[in-house]
Amino acid sequence: MSEFFAMGGYALYVWGAYGVTFALMALEVAFLMKRVRKAQKS
Amino acid sequence: MTAQSMKWFWYASPQTFFPLAGVIARWCGAAAAVLCAVGLYIGFFVAPTDAQQGEAYRIIFIHVPAAWMSMFIYVVMAFWAAMGLAFNTRLSHMMASALAPTGALFTFVALWTGSFWGKPTWGTWWVWDARLTSELILLFLYFGFMALQAAIDERRRAERAGALFAIVGIVNVPIIYYSVQWWNTLHQGASVSLTRAPSMAATMLTGMLIMALAFWMYSIAVALVRVRCIIMENE
Repeated sequence: MSEFFAMGGYALYVWGAYGVTFALMALEVAFLMKRVRKAQKS
Repeated sequence: MTAQSMKWFWYASPQTFFPLAGVIARWCGAAAAVLCAVGLYIGFFVAPTDAQQGEAYRIIFIHVPAAWMSMFIYVVMAFWAAMGLAFNTRLSHMMASALAPTGALFTFVALWTGSFWGKPTWGTWWVWDARLTSELILLFLYFGFMALQAAIDERRRAERAGALFAIVGIVNVPIIYYSVQWWNTLHQGASVSLTRAPSMAATMLTGMLIMALAFWMYSIAVALVRVRCIIMENE
């Protein structure tokens, strides 16, 4: 398992790329849901 | 006009499109989640380690699909902008506005993941290479489109100005695409082409294509939910 997360020494690069990508997508969805709720209220 | 073509115009009205967009968004969102899980599984557990780059190459499974989406979304955005200008349809302009933030997101992701791939393989986070520079310009085009629309108070003028900006900016898309051929740059050429066999292992290609499909579904879902917001806010 720890071998998997080490990514053959490239952990920073691989997880840095994947982490930011999925964090941004999650953020976009969260902001959008907030906008939906706000629009539905008014 | 035939009954078939009338049907399409029926959905050109924001009110009639609204429920349809909700249904499509739900299905595409679900498909995106499933495809993403499958794509990541293939990318991390099925695809073999690269002989030259080791595990660092696994960034390809998000980098290439994100870069494709960044260009494709711009083309679709400019298409809707042009439709809006040509036919004066409100929904077309709304679609263009709804696509811009997601396009900007994928452009940023393509640059970010490229940077995290460039560091271990090229030895640098950034170079002013033709491909990288034209992709950065694409990010500024998305920002410019959104800023221009936000800066003009009157809605119809904002839509028309934004549309014109989006259409002019499309010249950048072929520049990005062909940059690796036109200039002798650091960025490698296309890994996937319709005219020749792919230059990578079949499992790598499969994982990448499934991730591309997942990003497609994600983009459709997010853009349609956003267009629903725009309709609710304006109508």
